[in-house]
Amino acid sequence: MSRFGVLFRTTAVRLSALYLVLFSLCAAILVFYVTGMSERLLEQQTREAVAAEALQIEGVYERAGISGLLRTLERRARQPGANLYVIAGPAGEILAGNVASLEPGLLDDAGWTSEPFRYRRFTDESRADSHVALAQVIVLDNGLRILVGRDLQEPEKFRVLVRQALVVALGIMGLGALVIWFGIGRNALRRIDRMSEASTKIMGGDLSQRLPMSGSGDEFDRLSESLNTMLGRIEKLNEGLKQVSDNIAHDLKTPLTRLRNKAEAALASRENQSASLEEIIAESDQLIRTFNALLMISRVEAGSAVAEMSEVDLTGIVADCVELYEPLAEESALRLETAIEPKVTVSGNRELIGQALGNLLDNAVKYAEGAENPLIRVEMKKSEGNVLLSVADHGPGVPAGMRSEVLKRFVRLDESRSKPGTGLGLSLVEAVMEMHHGSLELTATEPDGTGLTVRMVFPTALA
Amino acid sequence: MVMRMKILIIEDDLEAAAYLAKAFREAGIVSDHASDGESGLFMASENAYDVLVVDRMLPRRDGLSLISELRRRDVHTPVLILSALGQVDDRVTGLRAGGDDYLPKPYAFSELLARVEVLGRRKGAPEQDMVYRVGDLELDRLSHSVRRQGKEISLQPREFRLLEYLMKNAGQVVTRTMLLENVWDYHFDPQTNVIDVHVSRLRSKIEKDFDPPLLRTVRGAGYMIKDDRASET
Repeated sequence: MSRFGVLFRTTAVRLSALYLVLFSLCAAILVFYVTGMSERLLEQQTREAVAAEALQIEGVYERAGISGLLRTLERRARQPGANLYVIAGPAGEILAGNVASLEPGLLDDAGWTSEPFRYRRFTDESRADSHVALAQVIVLDNGLRILVGRDLQEPEKFRVLVRQALVVALGIMGLGALVIWFGIGRNALRRIDRMSEASTKIMGGDLSQRLPMSGSGDEFDRLSESLNTMLGRIEKLNEGLKQVSDNIAHDLKTPLTRLRNKAEAALASRENQSASLEEIIAESDQLIRTFNALLMISRVEAGSAVAEMSEVDLTGIVADCVELYEPLAEESALRLETAIEPKVTVSGNRELIGQALGNLLDNAVKYAEGAENPLIRVEMKKSEGNVLLSVADHGPGVPAGMRSEVLKRFVRLDESRSKPGTGLGLSLVEAVMEMHHGSLELTATEPDGTGLTVRMVFPTALA
Repeated sequence: MVMRMKILIIEDDLEAAAYLAKAFREAGIVSDHASDGESGLFMASENAYDVLVVDRMLPRRDGLSLISELRRRDVHTPVLILSALGQVDDRVTGLRAGGDDYLPKPYAFSELLARVEVLGRRKGAPEQDMVYRVGDLELDRLSHSVRRQGKEISLQPREFRLLEYLMKNAGQVVTRTMLLENVWDYHFDPQTNVIDVHVSRLRSKIEKDFDPPLLRTVRGAGYMIKDDRASET
């Protein structure tokens, strides 16, 4: 495909070609209409003038007889730019006037000549020269015929001029359109080519590429800008995904390595193999647990559990969870204290809220064990259109800078790595809160920054 | 003399099916195998099984439609659904289709075994028995009282339900997840040993001043309540 071919396929060029054709058509119609109308007008004027003159001449004949008529016609015929005057005998022979010859048979009938006719003047050099005229024939009572006519040269000239103007105008328009094609079409094509080039690079995997902008703020720039914003978002999501999968790969490799080592050790020792195998099973169970938690988070994040949302008894769920974890807390020398508002419902999923609160209680018991203040406070109350559910412990807490970090998958504080856990607990709580259109807030329990309070904020269910 | 349980495994992964058959055989359970939904449906309708273990994703007819069709044909064999789709909503759709239990993959075989055994003996389970007895331990479901050797033991409501579930499935292993599901009605995986603490509290109440121990921990699986001195019936 040639460069010109490509150019012709651009929208700008196609549109301007279409406009050119339409516009020329309109111009031609207009010109033909105008010339036709003015021709008709001119002919009508000619006829009126001729008719008036014929009336005058008849009057002269009636008043002054044939000699007066002859004098008048002679005088008029000599004036510059005179009309046509002919006096002819009954057989059509020209007796006097300013016409050398006429088409034969023209003088036979009185009235208007049926259509413009040709004639020759005395001034004409050769027989080839002829003129076109419109005339009225008057037949006098003595058989003489008088022809009064007017030359049609002027309207003819006018018509030729208008036609010429039309051709010139069309030519100029065509030329202009060609220039515009090349100007607009090539410019647009070049910019689109640059955009396609950048897109090809992006498709090739270079997500940092951006579409070029000309800075003019036109529609191309606006398109590039919104596509660039989209690319930025995709790049960010992609990076997040990559980081998560890197983390997952890393965090699953560790327990798998441990599993393998244990299996190897069991194989080597040949003693107490069943104990080793039990350890291996426990390790596998932990791995399965991690996988299940990961799957659950991604399912909750994908929103596929939304279908199972209903009006749930939050008070009941909190009471269940506290009852479930109470013995565990006691075992760890901790005390669960509750302040739960009765009969509070939210729109949600009982299982997921239970699991989320379970995770928080689990964390509190795990990390507050051995704390000076053995109190874990579970509080649930309505507040300003929200339902706040918080679990506060007096353990070591999470440093302010790490509070958003610990919500990420597999992120655990260095001090907590010795405790059992998947590093997914808070990630799941956050995903669950997001699914419930709520939020999760992490703060310190004590003014000195120790202790962790995790607060789940549920929007109040529509009553 | 215990009747041997006979189950049907409907699973298209042949390796997984062979492993399951071997593991069930070692646990004393006889199993047949069908590798697609249609033949599974045929076998389950023509033969009497104690339990059906059905994979959710099967060629020729998926697991859920197989179960609905069986129920439509008035076959009420207990069904355990195995699925790689393991979340809350999947469980609900599975049970709605007529399944009796739902186990997400990957699972521990001990968990599957415990659930199959409970399902398989459900037929003969003393659902209408008002008093459960294990050895000298007695649980009265009507008066909500528990006695051992004639002495009243006072239990919290949840402890009572825990013991009730254990005794209903006396002689069978129940896993921690099964306890959470049936006693607390939550289907998530407790991260730590919350259930263990509840069980050990219960154990201290029913065994502290009595002999012999009845509530046993089955390593790597769960718990079982059983009177060792009683002869197998």
